[in-house]
Amino acid sequence: MRISNQDYAQMVKKASPPTRVAATLPGAFGIGGTICLLGQMLCDGYTALGLAQRFCSTAASCTLVALAAALTGLNVFDNIAKHAGAGTLVPITGFANAVTSPALEFKTEGMVLGVGAKMFLIAGPVIVYGVAAGVLYGLLFWLFGT
Amino acid sequence: MTKKLGKQTYLMQRPPVVRAWAAVGGKKEGEGPLGASFDLIEPDTTFGQDSWEKAESRMVMQAVSRALGKLSLSPEEIDCVFGGDLLNQCISTTFGLRETGIPLLGIYGACSTIGEGMLLASLLVDAGTVRRAMAVTSSHFCTAERQYRFPLEYGSVRPPTAQWTATASGAVILEEDGDQPPYLRAATIGVIEDLGVTDQNNMGAAMAPAAAATLSRFFRDTGSAPEQFDLIATGDLGAVGSQLLVDLLRRDGLEIQSRHTDCGLLIYDRDHQDVHAGGSGCGCSASVLGAYLLPALRDGRIRNLLFLPTGALLSPTSVQQKESIPGIAHLIWLSHEKEGII
Repeated sequence: MRISNQDYAQMVKKASPPTRVAATLPGAFGIGGTICLLGQMLCDGYTALGLAQRFCSTAASCTLVALAAALTGLNVFDNIAKHAGAGTLVPITGFANAVTSPALEFKTEGMVLGVGAKMFLIAGPVIVYGVAAGVLYGLLFWLFGT
Repeated sequence: MTKKLGKQTYLMQRPPVVRAWAAVGGKKEGEGPLGASFDLIEPDTTFGQDSWEKAESRMVMQAVSRALGKLSLSPEEIDCVFGGDLLNQCISTTFGLRETGIPLLGIYGACSTIGEGMLLASLLVDAGTVRRAMAVTSSHFCTAERQYRFPLEYGSVRPPTAQWTATASGAVILEEDGDQPPYLRAATIGVIEDLGVTDQNNMGAAMAPAAAATLSRFFRDTGSAPEQFDLIATGDLGAVGSQLLVDLLRRDGLEIQSRHTDCGLLIYDRDHQDVHAGGSGCGCSASVLGAYLLPALRDGRIRNLLFLPTGALLSPTSVQQKESIPGIAHLIWLSHEKEGII
């Protein structure tokens, strides 16, 4: 059996079925779009209830996060995400799930080294680089902004 | 004394008998095509325990107990056990066997573990060093997910090439020569093969070269040919790896397609069980061996079987460090007959 890594990579590519984009895209679009629609409805709802305009999107985001966290705890979120893919991952729901799911998973290792230490296992990099990008942007704004 | 053939193959002079075996599985495995043939299907994935790791250890204990029970043996009557699993430091095996008092040699071969265990056990038994040895292994979907991939409730999507880690355990007991099939006739120790596959969602592709290398080495070492065996059952290459194995061997002039099957394809119904490319995990090949292959060999429905559990020797650390995935495959020749072919 003499075969180069490059030749084998070609064989692997040929033998491996690709993701069926035509079948998965509508689910991602439909569910992702529904989450965004829900967010907008929540925003409008909070405004109608008298919340100031500048707070309503924060309130809507908080509601979506709470909803995603609750659905994760109820063992429902991953079943939706299976069909939605990036449709649930990209909106803030994905972030909520990324924090809640390790918290649930690692509770067997205790509240400190399990839940506490592992909660940001997946979402941690997003926070780290999000904050770093925010600092960098703030610095540039401070130096060159008007 | 075992006779060495060629570079890597060991021919048993007094073929050890596979005297008893047991296959334990979870709910999904019970719903698969072999579900009714398992010795025990536990519908509760926690196996009544408060952590997934304890659940897997419990499953190991159940497989060992069932195998011992079939021969009405007590643990003291087993000279030694070779056991291993996928978890760090092989804790499923350790904690599963903690109370048994059976002399333990822990091994790691990823999903090839049952092959490695049977190989080592057979060498000791054939040499007359021990009279009765055991091999056991296990895997649990939930422990493997949290160690190798994501938390269970994390909303990730699996690509079509991904395989499903079986929640299963298998144990076998080998005894010095007797007159009751199946017999363990020969074994080939695999070498590490790595053709640069880095996608941990395509383990079949990573392991297929190892299976091809071990299989062709066995034929070369023994001077035999695929046509002399009824069935060649690889460990858990799944759909993608199986195709690659057939293609790789075809390049070398070996045609196995008509007599090849894969434990990862046998354990689940891929059309209805949402397992993508098939099953995987140490328990996959070990439980298919106990639920289907060994009973068929005993009854003579399969006369000669080449059983090749395959392992992907990666770790989460090696994946993060962008290492490719080394594969290994050990071969066990199991037969309904004590003699013949070689």
